Formats: sequence, structure tokens, C-alpha cells
Amino acid sequence: MKQLRSFITICLILVPALCLAADAEYGYPLPGPYGATIIGTPSALKAELPKEINSKRVLLDVIPGVTKPEIFYYDEGLKCTVAFQDKKAPLLFLIAGTGSGDQSAKMMALMKAMYQAGFHVVSLPSPTHPNFVISGSHSHVPGDLTEDAADLYGVMEHIWNRYKKDIEVSDFYISGFSLGATQSAFVAKLDDEKKSFNFRKVLMINPAVNLFDSVSRIEGTLDSIAGGPKEGAKYINSLIAKFTEFYEKSETTGFNENFLYALAKSGTVTQDDAARIIGVSFRIASAGMIFSSDVMTNGGYVVPKNRVLTNGDDLAGYMRVSTHLSFIDYFNEVMFPYFKSKRPGLTREAYIASLGLKNIEPYLKSNLKVGVITNENDFILSKEDRDYLRQLFGERAKIYPRGGHGGNFEYKDNLAYTLNFFKPAGGEK
Amino acid sequence: MRLIIIRPAYLMFAALCLAVSLSGCATTGATLAPEVPAMHSLSEVTDDRVTMTPDPWYGFNRGMYKFNYNLDKYVLLPVVSGYEFITPTVVQSGVSNFFNNIGEVRNLTNNLFQLKGKDSLITLGRFVTNSTLGIAGLFDPATSMGMERQVEDFGQTLGYWGTGTGNYLVLPLFGPSNVRDTGGLIVDSGIHYGIKSAIDPLGNAEHGDAILLGITALDAIDKRHVEKFRYNGSDYPFEYDMVRWLAGEKRKLEVMK
Repeated sequence: MKQLRSFITICLILVPALCLAADAEYGYPLPGPYGATIIGTPSALKAELPKEINSKRVLLDVIPGVTKPEIFYYDEGLKCTVAFQDKKAPLLFLIAGTGSGDQSAKMMALMKAMYQAGFHVVSLPSPTHPNFVISGSHSHVPGDLTEDAADLYGVMEHIWNRYKKDIEVSDFYISGFSLGATQSAFVAKLDDEKKSFNFRKVLMINPAVNLFDSVSRIEGTLDSIAGGPKEGAKYINSLIAKFTEFYEKSETTGFNENFLYALAKSGTVTQDDAARIIGVSFRIASAGMIFSSDVMTNGGYVVPKNRVLTNGDDLAGYMRVSTHLSFIDYFNEVMFPYFKSKRPGLTREAYIASLGLKNIEPYLKSNLKVGVITNENDFILSKEDRDYLRQLFGERAKIYPRGGHGGNFEYKDNLAYTLNFFKPAGGEK
Repeated sequence: MRLIIIRPAYLMFAALCLAVSLSGCATTGATLAPEVPAMHSLSEVTDDRVTMTPDPWYGFNRGMYKFNYNLDKYVLLPVVSGYEFITPTVVQSGVSNFFNNIGEVRNLTNNLFQLKGKDSLITLGRFVTNSTLGIAGLFDPATSMGMERQVEDFGQTLGYWGTGTGNYLVLPLFGPSNVRDTGGLIVDSGIHYGIKSAIDPLGNAEHGDAILLGITALDAIDKRHVEKFRYNGSDYPFEYDMVRWLAGEKRKLEVMK
């Protein structure tokens, strides 16, 4: 959510501001992986994009007859955002990153860039986003790459069927960020069998090589909290106290750049804090996913089985319980048991291995249309993961020296690379 | 005065939206099997609580949150998007500047109440500059001349003099607040009304009341136009609690300065 983001951004300027690092050719300035992830790209270095484009939010009824309890009164269908050209054009589908909606900042930036370049663009929420868990997922149990890809594919077909009379499309393309990147490859592979779109190109931006491994690495940022992740709220309180004290003593009113720079220089908030803040915001997001899934499945995980929640019920307690569970807990106690019951004989190790690119390796190797962008210091990947991407994709892997997990997403060079990747060869069409 | 003038229109909204909120309530409550305790519950959480405004009236507040969501959905946002559609953006910013300039009166009184000499002078300078050079406040030359807005309200004044926030309170139309700031809002509105009655700018105009009502409605539309927050816009199931937390933190920092 926007408020959370800006709050975190403020806390985050912990990063030793601009550095003229060794890699002079690449101008993205923030050296630390965590600071870059939180702050993103300084506005002066972003690609120039139109302020507004002619896009609209659409509400889709992709699972007819799905029943939602009263506490989700505001969920009136799956929210997707579409921007259509009024002439024949290629169409690009976008899948948002973990816990993000169709109008997350990154998806909107990419949508504007591609729309400006003459594409129809359709943005979908992440299957881990509560709106998708409630209104887009058939199982309401998010995380399984194969099933999530099938749900996403269904949504794309739904949208295409609804609009194909109104727009002219030359070719289909697909991209996604983070977990959405990994999912975009699974969707493309599914399309190889179903052939509704025959995607011409697929671009993964900061993908997880393996969902379980990446989630473990993000959750690991919380281990350095005194008392561990179980004392996360204590940590948040102390962090806010430090921040508030600094603000009170500072000369400035409001959070301008000078204030943030002073905060960074003062060492009030450290690099380790930046890492933990990412861990905390991941927990906050996954709590929403866990709770929504539990309510929709009547799973008895954090809400007593058979309890019907109404709008007057206090959810603060459920939030407390859910934020004190990790995605790994959810994996072990909800997700794996659920899919094991559907696939008898499935072992935990085999299941974890299936949740990554290795599962579709032959497809990725033989399909030159699939490309990847990531960074040397993207902390959701290990060194082995990066080597794997290099070896698997060769020239088709673009690995920038820094940028953390998508901090350089909106940097002008990065968006230019993305644009160029999708540009139809030789100006055809 | 805003509170008073807005009332008839507001009551209409209220009736409409309450009707909308309540419809559908009767459909829940299907009979289900007896409850089974969840695998994880609060008993296993030993952590502190994240510090936020106490919320003993959450039942009422959650109702108001939903009310505001429906008020937005069925009344305010359609009106605002109509306004944005028919009005050139230069006019929209002129309208925002105009009401901000009137708001300088509130900023001035409260800067004075908090004994902030320099900020009071800046605010006075802004008001004079924008009312004259800025053509009755339609433009904001003061900011480009280095006079930044010094926003203060009576809730902040109470905080400055040591009043605690009191309980969390979600107000109809105005949204997330607390007992202290609600009191502040009433005092600010009272002062505003008092000053307006004393000056009586439309006293000799024909249909003065109707014009005032129109201005008040435009004020409300402008406020919603400027505010980008959307109730339940995050689709996050714990948005209510996140807003309670973040709005409280934001307010705490505002009171400090």
C-alpha cells in the first residue's frame, strides 16, 4: 500500500547516499541492495514517462459463483488494469510481484513505458495478492507455480475474450516482476500447450529461480532481530522510536531530501535495518495472503474453522497472529499439505524443487524468446542462482551490477532495455 | 461552519449510504458446523504490540470505515470524477489554492496558539501575498517566494500543550481521527464560522445562503479531489489496522513540529 511504502521509504534512507561506484558505465547510483530495493530510482534518473495514460481498471468475474464472507465486502471481482491503443498493436501482459496489485508502482511505470511505445498493455495482480487469492484463484491456496500459472492463464483468456472484438492485436508478449517473473515463464510454457496466445517474447524481471529458496532468503533478514522474528513488533517499536527522536531533534519540518540525507548520514537507521524492514514488509504482505486464503478455504489455520467473520469483528488479533507466521510456516502447514493431498506420493523435497525454473528448464533452454533481467546484488538470488541464469540463458540474461531487488526497475537504462527487448524485430507490423 | 452548512447534504448522503451499507447484511449468517480452534492463535504470540492509538470503539469505527467507503463509491468519487472531467486542471489548482488560502486563517490562529512567532509571520505573509498578488488566493506566489505553508490545526495545538490523543475514532466524511483531533476540528470550524459571520462577505448579496452552500460543496469536492487515499484501495484485509497505525504515526510527527 502506498502509505506503507512511503513510510518505509522514509525510514529507509539509511543508505550511504549516492556513490560513484567502480562500474562507471552503469549510472544507477545506490550501491546497497536493500537501500536500493526500498528507495528505488531517484526521480531525476527515472525514464521519462507520461503522467497519465488512457488506462482503466476492470473488474472481472473469473470464478462465477465464488462466495465471499462479509469482511471482504469491498472485493467485487478481480481487479486488472488495461490500456488499449486504438489501432492494431502488440499486446503485453504484466504480472505484478509478490503481494502486489495490478496498479503497483512498478507495473504502472512499465505499463506507461510500453503504452507510450505503442503496445496494448494489461496488468494483472500477483496470485499472492489478497484480491487474487479471493477472486482469481480456484484453490484459494496461492504459491504453487503450476496452478497459479493456470489461474493467470485463465484470467488472460477471460480478458482477451472480453476485448477481442474491440481491439486489434498483432502479437502477444508477457512479462512480470519478481515472483510474477517466474510465473510469466510458467504461463508461457502452459501456452505452448494451449496456444491461445503463442507468446512472441517473454521477459522475466528479477525472477526467483526457486520460490522456496527466495522466500527463505527474504525471511532470513529477520533473523538478526534481537529475539528473532518472534519479536518483530518490539523491533518495529524501537525503530520508530529512533526515527521519531531523530525527527524531533532535526531542524526541518516535513520529509524533504535534506532531512532524508541527514537521517542517512546520522547512522540512525542502518543497512541491517534496511534488510529487516524488507523482511517486515514481506511479512506484512504475506500475512494478508495467509489470512485471505484461510478465510476463503475455511482452513482453520488462523481463524477458527467454521467461524463466519463480519465487518464489526476486530481483525487486529488475526493480523498479529498472521504476521508472526512466516511464509515458510504457511508452506509447511498449509500449502504443502494441500498439494500433497491432491498429488499422492509427493515428497517435500520434490515439491520444493518443482517450485522453480528448473522445473521447466528444457522449455527455457530451447525457447530463445525467453529473456531475463536481474542484478548482481539481488538478494532473493544466491550466487549459484545467478550462475544458473547465466548458464541457462547465456546472452539472453542481462545482469546489472547493482539495483538490489528491482530498485533499478524504473531506471532509464533498464526501461530502455525492456522496451528494446520487446520491440518487434526489423520494425515489422 | 463547514460542519453546519454541510449538514443537509450530508444527512442525505448519510441516509443513502447507510441504506446501501445495510442492504445485504441480512444475507450472512448461514448455519455452519460448530467452531474448531485454529491451528495458530494469539496465545502463542509473546511479542509486544505495535504501538498505536487505542481502539476500544472498533465496532463503531469499522462501521464508519465501511460507511465512508460507500459514501466515496456512490457519492463523492463520482462527483469528483465529474468535476475532474469538466474542469480544466488549471481551474482545479486555482480552486485548491483558493481554499488553501482560506485555510491560512486556521493555520495562523493555531500557530499563534502554539506561540510560533516565525511560523505565524510566514503564514500571515502568505495570506496577504496570495490574497493580493495571488488574486484572492487563486494562485500561490508565496510558495515560490520562499514562504512555505505552515499547516497547523487545533488538534495539533492541543497536542502541543500536552493533550493525549484519546481513543481512535473514524469520522463520517473526515475519516481516521481521534478524540483530541475531533475536538480540534470542531473548534477550528467554530472559529471559521465566527470569523465568517463577523465579516459576512455575502451579507448584501442576493441568495447569499445558496452561494455559501455552493462554495461549501465545492470545498468538499476539492478536499476529496486532492486526497488520493481510497478506502480499501489496498485490498489488504488488515488495511483498517494499518491505517490506524500509520495515520497515528503521521499525526504524531505533525504535532511535533
